[in-house]
Amino acid sequence: MSAWWWLENRAYLKFVIRELTSVFVGGFAVLLLWQVRAISAGSEAYAVFVDRLATPGFILLSTVALLFVLYHTITWLNLVHTIVVIRLGDRRVPDEMITAAHYVLWVVLSVAVAGILLLK
Amino acid sequence: MTTRGITPFLWTLFGAGGMVSALLFPVHIFLVGLAFPLGWVDAPDYDVLYGLAIHPITRLYLMALITFPLFHWAHRFRYTVYDVFQLTSGRKLVAFLCYGAALVGTTMAGYTLLAMGW
Repeated sequence: MSAWWWLENRAYLKFVIRELTSVFVGGFAVLLLWQVRAISAGSEAYAVFVDRLATPGFILLSTVALLFVLYHTITWLNLVHTIVVIRLGDRRVPDEMITAAHYVLWVVLSVAVAGILLLK
Repeated sequence: MTTRGITPFLWTLFGAGGMVSALLFPVHIFLVGLAFPLGWVDAPDYDVLYGLAIHPITRLYLMALITFPLFHWAHRFRYTVYDVFQLTSGRKLVAFLCYGAALVGTTMAGYTLLAMGW
C-alpha cells in the first residue's frame, strides 16, 4: 500500500486531516514556549519575537494553524461526550447537553483570555 | 514499567492536551498570530505581559498550556505516522522520538517558567 492511501476517499482524507491537526497543536505549543522564553529574556528579545510574527511567512503560518486548530476544536468538542459521562442521580446527562456545555465553556474561556490580554 | 503499563497514562495526557488546546488555542493563535501582528487590536506592552507572566497562577496556566498539548501531539502524531506509512517496524523509535520531544519541551517550559524572575 502506498503512503498516499488516505487520498483515495473523503472519509480517509478527513481522518488524516483530523490526525494532522496535532502537528499544528504541537507547533503552536512550541511557539508559546518561544513566546514565554522571549518574555523571560527581556523587552529586546520580546520585540524580536513580535517582529518575527509580523512577517508574511508567519502570518500565513498562523492563518493555516488557526484553521487546523479550529478543525481540532470542532472535532474534539463533538466527540467529547464519548469521554465525559455525567450522571445526575441515576440518569445520564444527554450527549447534546454535554457537547453544548463544552461549546459554552470554549466561548467563556476565549472571552476571558481575550479580556485579560486586551483590557490592560 | 511495560509499554502497556503506561498507555493509560499517555492517553490521559493526550486527552488533557486535546481539551486544553481545543478550548484555549484558537483565541491564543488568533490574538498572538494574527490580531496583534496585523494591528487589528492593540497588543499589550512588554511590561504588562511580563507582570502578567510572572504571576504564579499564570505560570501554572502557561505550563499546562504548553505541556499537555505537546503530549497530545506526541501521542496522536505517533499513530498518524504508524497509519500513514503503515509501519510494521520502527514503531518503538517513532514513539521514543515523539514522547522524547514532548519531554524536552516540557523540561524547557518548566525551566523557563521557574527561572523567570519572581
